[in-house]
Amino acid sequence: MARATSRNARIGWTVAAWLVALLIFFPILYTIVTSLKTEQEAIAGFDLIPSFTLESYATVQSQNNYWRPFTNSVILSVGSTLLALIVAIPAAWAMAFSPTKRTRDILMWMLSTKMMPAVAVLVPIYLIFLRTGLMDTRIGLTILLMLINLPIVVWMLYTYFREIPGEILEAARMDGATLRDEILYVLTPMAIPGIASTLLLNIILAWNEAFWTIQLTTTNAAPLSAFIASFSSPQGLFWAKLSAASVMAIAPILVLGWFSQKQLVRGLTFGAVK
Amino acid sequence: MATRQTQGLARLMRAPAIILLFVWMIVPLGMTLYYSFLNYNMLNPGMTSWAGWFNYRYFYTDPAFLESIRNTLVLVGGVLAVTVVGGIFIAMLIDKPIWGQGIVRILVISPFFVMPPVAALIWKNMIMHPSYGVLADVAKFFGAQPVDWFAQYPLTSIILIVAWQWLPFATLILLTSLQSLDTEQMEAAEMDGAPAYARFLYLVLPHMARAITVVILIQTIFLLGIYAEILVTTNGGPGSASTNLTFLIYKAARLNFDIGGAAAGGIIAVVLANIVAIFLMRAVGRNLD
Amino acid sequence: MGQITLQGVAKRFGEVEVIPPLDLTIEDGEFVVFVGPSGCGKSTLLRLIAGLEDVSGGRILIDGADATDASPAKRGLAMVFQSYALYPHMSVRKNIAFPMKMAGVPKPEQDRRIEAAARALNLTNYLDRRPGQLSGGQRQRVAIGRAIVREPAAFLFDEPLSNLDAALRVGMRLEISELHNRLKTTMIYVTHDQVEAMTMADKIVVLQAGRIEQVGSPLDLYHRPRNVFVAGFIGSPRMNLFGGAAAAEYGAQTIGVRPEHIRISAEGGKWKGRVGVSEHLGSDSFFYVEGTGLAETVTVRSGGEIALHHGDTVWLTPDEGKIHTFDRNGDRI
Repeated sequence: MARATSRNARIGWTVAAWLVALLIFFPILYTIVTSLKTEQEAIAGFDLIPSFTLESYATVQSQNNYWRPFTNSVILSVGSTLLALIVAIPAAWAMAFSPTKRTRDILMWMLSTKMMPAVAVLVPIYLIFLRTGLMDTRIGLTILLMLINLPIVVWMLYTYFREIPGEILEAARMDGATLRDEILYVLTPMAIPGIASTLLLNIILAWNEAFWTIQLTTTNAAPLSAFIASFSSPQGLFWAKLSAASVMAIAPILVLGWFSQKQLVRGLTFGAVK
Repeated sequence: MATRQTQGLARLMRAPAIILLFVWMIVPLGMTLYYSFLNYNMLNPGMTSWAGWFNYRYFYTDPAFLESIRNTLVLVGGVLAVTVVGGIFIAMLIDKPIWGQGIVRILVISPFFVMPPVAALIWKNMIMHPSYGVLADVAKFFGAQPVDWFAQYPLTSIILIVAWQWLPFATLILLTSLQSLDTEQMEAAEMDGAPAYARFLYLVLPHMARAITVVILIQTIFLLGIYAEILVTTNGGPGSASTNLTFLIYKAARLNFDIGGAAAGGIIAVVLANIVAIFLMRAVGRNLD
Repeated sequence: MGQITLQGVAKRFGEVEVIPPLDLTIEDGEFVVFVGPSGCGKSTLLRLIAGLEDVSGGRILIDGADATDASPAKRGLAMVFQSYALYPHMSVRKNIAFPMKMAGVPKPEQDRRIEAAARALNLTNYLDRRPGQLSGGQRQRVAIGRAIVREPAAFLFDEPLSNLDAALRVGMRLEISELHNRLKTTMIYVTHDQVEAMTMADKIVVLQAGRIEQVGSPLDLYHRPRNVFVAGFIGSPRMNLFGGAAAAEYGAQTIGVRPEHIRISAEGGKWKGRVGVSEHLGSDSFFYVEGTGLAETVTVRSGGEIALHHGDTVWLTPDEGKIHTFDRNGDRI
């Protein structure tokens, strides 16, 4: 409410909110803490104060060749997002600025392709990848992730572009701008923030994709999601190492995510909630 | 004229995306449909033959199939219930005038950015492990017997993990919606003598209806395809107690090399997804547009 | 130069005829206001002139040359939009410079014109700000500045003041009128506010449902409305319109008397009634008289301070020379 809340009530709400927030964040926090412990400390029972050793990080990097999956994750997520943008920007642009009667239907259809369960096409995609030699290659997976996220990218861009008021384009036309000028001087500068947040969000989505990356890679093209999944049975001894690997896998995207939380809502709800 | 000239250009600009998506949708789906009528095992590729409806009948009579359908629905429903109710509660809490709201938001949103395998591993080993997990420590502290979560409550455990991942999404969307609620409307209701619960029931909830709808729709799309969380925790077990449809098909294709069977399962998954989609659209469609 | 002629210009959206074929000539240097209720097609007509919509029929001549198929840029017209349509990512200076940049005006000339426009519009101190940092009135000025520097054949204004508050609106109204006096350029101004139309226009075009109801000077329209619609639309408060016996007495279907042409008296007169609400503005008093049997309420305007109160019985007498009579079709007799 706009009116001043009593100090006591505010303290109460603050404590409650922080408790809930810390509870939700706890698994991540505890993973970070554990990653800074030695393996002996890690299985020695609950303790929030580690010995702050970076031993596990060093081990993960040297023994498990951490950098290979990390590089793969970067290439796959950024590459697939850029590819998707190249295809989606013109499409979203056309649908936002010269819509036809069918534009809405096309958009709904695109969204409906997201409803198709990935597992339904597991068999053919798996076989195609096997037979064309795309299995466990970065290029194959990049194209696949691009196709998976394309509908979302088109939708997000469309909702951003739609917000550029039509009167501004008309003003530009009245001011003597040609189509080229219009795109170069008016539309592009106004569209860049929307494109940037679409880029950010889809890098996050692609980075965290964990069905196809696990199905279609073994070692060569495996990104962090597949790499981590291979840790599924450390059985006792490797708690700290597992934590270190986890922290390294999520840290970059966690930070990106914090920056993009405002765009996240409208992006993932296709502009339905702002 | 300007308008006519841009129409042609617009068609050209739309075409690549539409063609790509169309091919992406139709070709693999067509292949799945074709394979679903074949006797085709990767261990025995020479023996491939026409199977008719055999794969479907086989899949349908497999007791694991009905169980996987049930598990899929329980998983989706359970996660939706936890995230929507929890999301409303947490969103309202964060919306209060609290100190450090920005940091609270960041803490709450964080699990959403944790990739599924990592989330599952953290919960499996750090939190729910029967001997080294934090919950076991807590149980020991109170002198109770630690619970072997994934053996005793496999599906519940997975629901818990997935709900933890999606709670931030629901919270953030509901919070955004809550913050767009007109404060004057709330003040008017207060002047009209509406107590807090009535304001929640008659103003806040209806205002959030659209956001709740969106949360349910989008989460359902993703939740039907839950895979990595199951793979790294229970591997579908014990038995098929935590196998959803996605995981069942994965097992058929990748562990049993049964291409025909997996394809038939895939087609069933498509049908199921469509039923859910139609049902959802009908139930919640009124709240959109 | 800026003479604009519309010959049989029509606009259809699909099956819907928004503007039936109409003819209109706007002389060079005139300030013309298109006025009418919302949805009457006035904005569409302006956009047809601007070239932002294609005509469905007829021709548009600008200074005698056919501009029907010319692109908006080629018509040499400048437009000020209702939302101002400023480029949010450009500074005020860049906004104003944009049309000149597009036209390839040399840089020194651009700067000269920007300085001149900024001085005229009190924007000199804001040239390096973004539109988002300006108030509504300032944005409006930038939009006008962007139009001025093009030195267009005519200015088109699409409800430019509707997003401003009342005080600013009066100020901007005066500024636009002054601008017209100074530049002597043709201006076409669209509004639904008949006060704006009356105060600014040389010539008013009253539109209803895409049809021109009347064209004339403000006082023309005030004194000799061509039909009931114009009579009711022009003038504030509205003209009183009576039917029935009161009208029959003048051999008309409907008669109209403006509030300022009715005398109100506590002693005696033609029509008897009872004072309902009264509004005292100091310079004027308005009485809403009920129970006359003529209409629900009769509005009367009276100078100065008259001591009449709610419920008082009064008599109303129209100024016989100022009664407007209309026939069965609503046309002036």
